[in-house]
Amino acid sequence: MTGIETIAADVWIAAAVASPLAAACAMLVLRRWAAALGVLGSLVILGAVAGLAHQLLLLGPQQLVVGGWDPPLGIRLRADGPAVGMAGITGLIGLFVGIYATAYLRPLAASPPHGERLFWPLWMFLWAGLNALYLADDLFNLYVTLEVVGLASVGLAALARTAAAVAAALRYLLVSLLGSLAYLMGVALVYAATGTLELRGVAAAPVGYAALALMSAGLLMKTALFPLHGWLPPAHANAPAPVSALLSALVVKASFYVMLRLWFELFAPLIGPATAHLPGVLAAAAILWGSLQALAARRLKQLIAYSTVAQVGYLFLVFPLGLAGGSLRPAWGAVLFFILAHALAKAAVFLAAGNVLKAFGHDRIADLGGAVQQLPVSMFAFAVAGVSLVGLPPSGGFIAKWLLLAAALEAGRWGYAGVLVGGGLLATAYIFRFFSHAFRFVPESVLCCGLPRRMEGCALLLALGSMALGLAADPILALLQIGLPETGAAGAGGAP
Amino acid sequence: MSALLYAVVGAVLFALGLYGVVAASPLLRKVLAFNIAGSGVFLFLVAMADRVRVPFPDPVPQAMVLTGIVVAVSATALALLLICLLRELSDRPREAADDGH
Repeated sequence: MTGIETIAADVWIAAAVASPLAAACAMLVLRRWAAALGVLGSLVILGAVAGLAHQLLLLGPQQLVVGGWDPPLGIRLRADGPAVGMAGITGLIGLFVGIYATAYLRPLAASPPHGERLFWPLWMFLWAGLNALYLADDLFNLYVTLEVVGLASVGLAALARTAAAVAAALRYLLVSLLGSLAYLMGVALVYAATGTLELRGVAAAPVGYAALALMSAGLLMKTALFPLHGWLPPAHANAPAPVSALLSALVVKASFYVMLRLWFELFAPLIGPATAHLPGVLAAAAILWGSLQALAARRLKQLIAYSTVAQVGYLFLVFPLGLAGGSLRPAWGAVLFFILAHALAKAAVFLAAGNVLKAFGHDRIADLGGAVQQLPVSMFAFAVAGVSLVGLPPSGGFIAKWLLLAAALEAGRWGYAGVLVGGGLLATAYIFRFFSHAFRFVPESVLCCGLPRRMEGCALLLALGSMALGLAADPILALLQIGLPETGAAGAGGAP
Repeated sequence: MSALLYAVVGAVLFALGLYGVVAASPLLRKVLAFNIAGSGVFLFLVAMADRVRVPFPDPVPQAMVLTGIVVAVSATALALLLICLLRELSDRPREAADDGH
């Protein structure tokens, strides 16, 4: 056929990882042009991911053996539906958050010698880590990419350089390191048991169970599943708004994505119904606790951060729904779709909150009267993304919750269905609590400064994206399911 | 046989280090404990290289240890930097956060 498919897939895969790395290095040298390089780099990365998606749709999963060195000593990258879907959403959100950041960080960029200026290189390193993580195809490479993502995120979380932000970042770093060490020990145990680092079923032996426990505990910490979520709200709420958006929308999903791959591919033979319900119970607790804390939050960014704690819970419902007697494919598709929907909506909400913070000079919910009347675009974006967080039609969040609910009902899991519905009601409550203040009429302007138009535009576009996701659900779901592992809970491993 | 000893010692160091990261309250001690736990994992991995003896020990765990050391050094550096920054920021009163030096 024509043009684009003559470019081999490995070029696209390599570009998706190498271009953010190259951009980050260039920015460290050419600091003055960091923002311009960043936006340009974002477009290049997005183009590479689009090329990869095109190849995936035409030819199925693709892979690249880096430098021609075969595993296990070399690195093999593999692009299947989930990987390309995650890289795609990262690209979209990355582009808009980056454009937003050019305006949000500007007034601060001149003053401190190396506070806000480090945003761009750190974010590009983070982006490289994220893309490499999605594409990684062996346990150790996943470890390295998890660490790249973790260290870059901690750097970003500390950017604000206030005592609160640095303390939160330090706590985040320690949790993240603890999590990755536990993960690495698990890798060592799996290697001891199987002699391979591939994501293929391990045998049901005590060593396998020890690895399962260590790696899962480490990843739960990094994903902030209740009751290991304590580090998340301060780290996400104290960071600058574009950073909060990236951390909440993308970074917590990265460690969840690793967990998903491990449980469905590596540990599938070990996981019985009882094991699969453990994350399910924690997920239900996370949804309730996170939502209640969001209801009680006094600052807007805190509210949104606790909403992330709650929404992370929904992700973990995939394990009981997909592995405890239910069918695998629908649950897997539902959770990946949920990741995309939540990422778009959460990024939009955090950017809108950043606009509020900039315009009002604070984000105390009780004092945000007049917000709707004075920041109509940002508040509209907040409301549209809120609809997706709650899960009302026709948003992406609605489709995601609907798919999860269908999977729960099909498996006869009424408890989880109840949690899904209850969580939606609680989300309505905390979104509306904010709006009950924001809609209050205030006669004169209370804003301390005006906003550049692109800050409102980026929030709005992301919010509309979360709505469009619901309208274009079918092709996206089809893409996400290309190359899914066929081994279910019953499968005894073995190569596909 | 000696590989087993190394593996056990590695696992014990790992457990001690984890306990230290969670239980110690001074931040510097947490960072040291993290390094001890890391060394435990590395020791365990090196012991795993002994599973294959012929014609030479398994190079894969050693490659992992080398990479792991690089990661541990960078993580330690970042942690120490943040500890210094935190001390600097919390010694000064609040409004000093944005006035540079």
